[in-house]
Amino acid sequence: MSRALVSVPTTARRGEVIEIRAMAAHLMETGHRTDATGTTIPRNIIHRFVCTYDGDEIFSAVLFPAIAANPFLAFTTTATTSGVIAFSWFGDDGSVQQATAEITVT
Amino acid sequence: MLHEVRAQPSIGPLRRREVLFAGALCIFGVALPRAALARPSLEDAIRSFTGGAAIQAGRVRLAIPPLVENGNTVGVTVAVDSPMTGADHVTRIGLFNEKNPQAEVAVFRLWPRAGRAQVSTRIRLATSQAVAAVVEMSDGSFWSSDASVIVTLAACIEDLS
Repeated sequence: MSRALVSVPTTARRGEVIEIRAMAAHLMETGHRTDATGTTIPRNIIHRFVCTYDGDEIFSAVLFPAIAANPFLAFTTTATTSGVIAFSWFGDDGSVQQATAEITVT
Repeated sequence: MLHEVRAQPSIGPLRRREVLFAGALCIFGVALPRAALARPSLEDAIRSFTGGAAIQAGRVRLAIPPLVENGNTVGVTVAVDSPMTGADHVTRIGLFNEKNPQAEVAVFRLWPRAGRAQVSTRIRLATSQAVAAVVEMSDGSFWSSDASVIVTLAACIEDLS
């Protein structure tokens, strides 16, 4: 359906605070717009975002229509162990977009 | 509802009560959707986020441009003065607006292992207005910061035609 883009450093020192950036391609239809015939376009947004590091939730967000299209989120975490950082975006239409990134911690 | 009642001409004391009740129902029936359409104020939205707890000023830095050309995408960064330790860390960050169709923008959940209490995103602004960030700490205290933004091209109101 659409694409997701994540930015995670490939390597980090143990204990280092790293920045993670995540963006999903999504229209984020607000439900407040009308089409040419005056009908309201139904809301269809990503309403929840979750990021896990080796299975543990490290950041999550509840999003509302005021988040811009292609929702972008930047946050930080402490590099603890080498592992997988996984991202999930949950859409109003039941769709789930996922992405993963691997990090090597030395 | 009223028409049905009027079709029966025998209006005794009980009937009148029913008519009044039906009238009251009609008024509420009309008033409720209107009340639902009017968006809650910024204060109401923040109160439901904090559960009515007192909010203190400070510790929160809300970075947002004071003047934006395009309200469809406005970069926002919320940074909080917090050591982010197990005993003292940020648990939630709420972003709210004053004049969009909906007061909430986003609620972020953080844990001590975030290392730094800083979150960035991009938001929509329907018009020039105030934006507020409210932060909940692990000790249950709330801190906030707000900023005014002037928007020259608004989001949300454009029609697809």
